[in-house]
Amino acid sequence: MIRVISWVAPILLALMVASCSNNDVAWKGSDIRGVMPDLSFELISESGLDVNQETFLGKATLMFFGFTNCPDICPGTLQGLASAIEALPEERQDEVQVLFVSVDPSRDTPDRLKAYTDFFGPQVTGLTGTDDQLSALVKRMRATYGYGEADENGNYAVSHSSAIYGFNADGEAQVLLRGNQPISDLTHDIQLLLQAS
Amino acid sequence: MYLLPYEFSWLAVVFFGGTGLLFVRGQRVLAQAGTPLPGWRIALFWLGFVLAYSVMHTQFDYFAQFMFFIHRIQHLVLHHLAAILLMASNPWKVLSAGFPEGRTKHIVARALSSRVIQIPYRIIQFPPLAGFIFVGLIFFWLMPEVHFKAMLSQPLYLVMNWSMFLDGILFWWLILDPRSPVRAKTLSFGKRIIVIWFVTVPQLGLGAYIVTSPANLYDIYDLCGRAWPIAPHDDQVLGGVLTWIPPGMMGVLVMVVLLRRMLHQSEQTKVRPA
Repeated sequence: MIRVISWVAPILLALMVASCSNNDVAWKGSDIRGVMPDLSFELISESGLDVNQETFLGKATLMFFGFTNCPDICPGTLQGLASAIEALPEERQDEVQVLFVSVDPSRDTPDRLKAYTDFFGPQVTGLTGTDDQLSALVKRMRATYGYGEADENGNYAVSHSSAIYGFNADGEAQVLLRGNQPISDLTHDIQLLLQAS
Repeated sequence: MYLLPYEFSWLAVVFFGGTGLLFVRGQRVLAQAGTPLPGWRIALFWLGFVLAYSVMHTQFDYFAQFMFFIHRIQHLVLHHLAAILLMASNPWKVLSAGFPEGRTKHIVARALSSRVIQIPYRIIQFPPLAGFIFVGLIFFWLMPEVHFKAMLSQPLYLVMNWSMFLDGILFWWLILDPRSPVRAKTLSFGKRIIVIWFVTVPQLGLGAYIVTSPANLYDIYDLCGRAWPIAPHDDQVLGGVLTWIPPGMMGVLVMVVLLRRMLHQSEQTKVRPA
């Protein structure tokens, strides 16, 4: 028994020490550094151009999935992000961008996306893609989306992730925010993202 | 389509492909040697095998990633049901018979009986530690912060599922090892039943806690989106019930099997002349 403990105790101790030694950053959201993959995608921009992550490196990025017909979560989240960015010092506001990725490409054409994102400020850019492109990105971000039954007018609901993924200017995953967090928390974490950039 | 993996994994292909091939070959070798495997053992093995593969490497895995209660079904299968069925089939002799004769088999056999493998194996199969690891893993992966990261990181997700499956195999082998405790010096039946109690009671408590908790313990499923619309609390309650009740029932069923073996053994002892 003593021999067993003499083997097991150091292993458990090493595991405990390893789990405690974390390079802490005081995020208000959830730390996803080293947990989630870097920013990487091939999509279609609101200008109708094929784009990938390279187009958006160099700025702190907040990525969010949704659709323009969304009644509550998407406009609420985008408004919250716009307000959080407005609370930053003016000279730093252009160092942040919000990528709103529509998972409803059949309704959200580039023109429609552009009209929608313009409403929330210059930092917000709309993206969408083919089913394959969207599935690949959503899967990479460990999320999902799906479509409800269409009503007699052809309207349907879209279920989607409500997470906001924060990346630094190099496209490295940093923080996962919730759309219902206080705006001051969002601003706080965007400032940390800028520092990490 | 439903049988295709949601996330392709070479580990799953190699493990299940290799094990399946060895078992099929082993069945044939034993049959040719005049000692065919009983049908019930073949059925138990393939049922456990298909269940484990299905929850890990088909579209079921998609639903397990985006529904808490289906995730709990996945772990119930990996840690309990499939592992119990596989170990109840006592597959080791068949798998060994299925390994092609030659130098490689000799090297593998020597490696498996070497101190490098045997010492860690004996440590993790030391009954109190094996029970602690078994129940500890369930608690560990259900800690909200740990669960959050495991569902976001694909490598960690694989570690979670494989650790549950492999630990299930190790634990239920300790419990279901068919060799006689008297002759083969395996764990006595009484101690096996105590170990099952030891792991079952905390699981009941954890399941009850999840069911009755008013807080949303696993908001990762809200954040990443659910496979279909369901109230988050309903998802949590269903997941809690699946953590609470079926593992306890399976533990009781295994105890019944052990009691039957114990009675069978004592009858044999009585019959044997002194």
